[in-house]
Amino acid sequence: MAEVRLPTVLRPSAGGSATVPVEGDTVAEVFAGLVEKHPALRDQLLTPDGDLHRHLNVFLNDEDIRYLGKLDAKVAGGDTLTLMPAVAGG
Amino acid sequence: MLGIGVMEKVLAHCLEGAPLEACGLLGGREGEPAVAERCYPAGNGAGSARVYTVEARDLLRADREEEAAGGELIGVWHSHTHTEAWPSPTDVEAAPDPGWHYVVVSLRDLEPTLRSFRIRDGNIAEEPVVLQ
Repeated sequence: MAEVRLPTVLRPSAGGSATVPVEGDTVAEVFAGLVEKHPALRDQLLTPDGDLHRHLNVFLNDEDIRYLGKLDAKVAGGDTLTLMPAVAGG
Repeated sequence: MLGIGVMEKVLAHCLEGAPLEACGLLGGREGEPAVAERCYPAGNGAGSARVYTVEARDLLRADREEEAAGGELIGVWHSHTHTEAWPSPTDVEAAPDPGWHYVVVSLRDLEPTLRSFRIRDGNIAEEPVVLQ
């Protein structure tokens, strides 16, 4: 079981939860489980094609999953997935 | 409300980063007023004088350190090196959290100008900044 930590901006789509325990062996599987529990999160995590939303940062423990294989990154029990919105502007 | 130490760090990081935009995050507690007690200077992943992206690793570090301090991230600050201290259309479009405070520092004039805003549903509302 991995723990998914949600930023404040996503919590309303998850019934107000800050953390959600989800089963899964990859980030993709964890996301699928997360969306099954909280369908309103779907479009905030993934594009219509199922790719990682470009405005979302996902960290597996302390590593950015963009350097771990993105959605294919392996997840082990006890791992923490931290989701954070990209912070940018002009 | 900004701690004086926070204000000093924000302005110093903005000046050090010029002529590129500088950015960072604010931690503290929400409320009336919200209080920014800590700031986390970050790298500008865009490396640009026109846009900024808080480096992902700095975002995570700030989140972890703020959690350890018992607070939460409540906003972001960045510099405008050539324009006024007002959110640009890009700032409005990219604003990640309607609950956050968006601090803009202008370095256009000799004296830096710092102003704070809320950005919700594309609407900009300036809020007063009080030093603590």
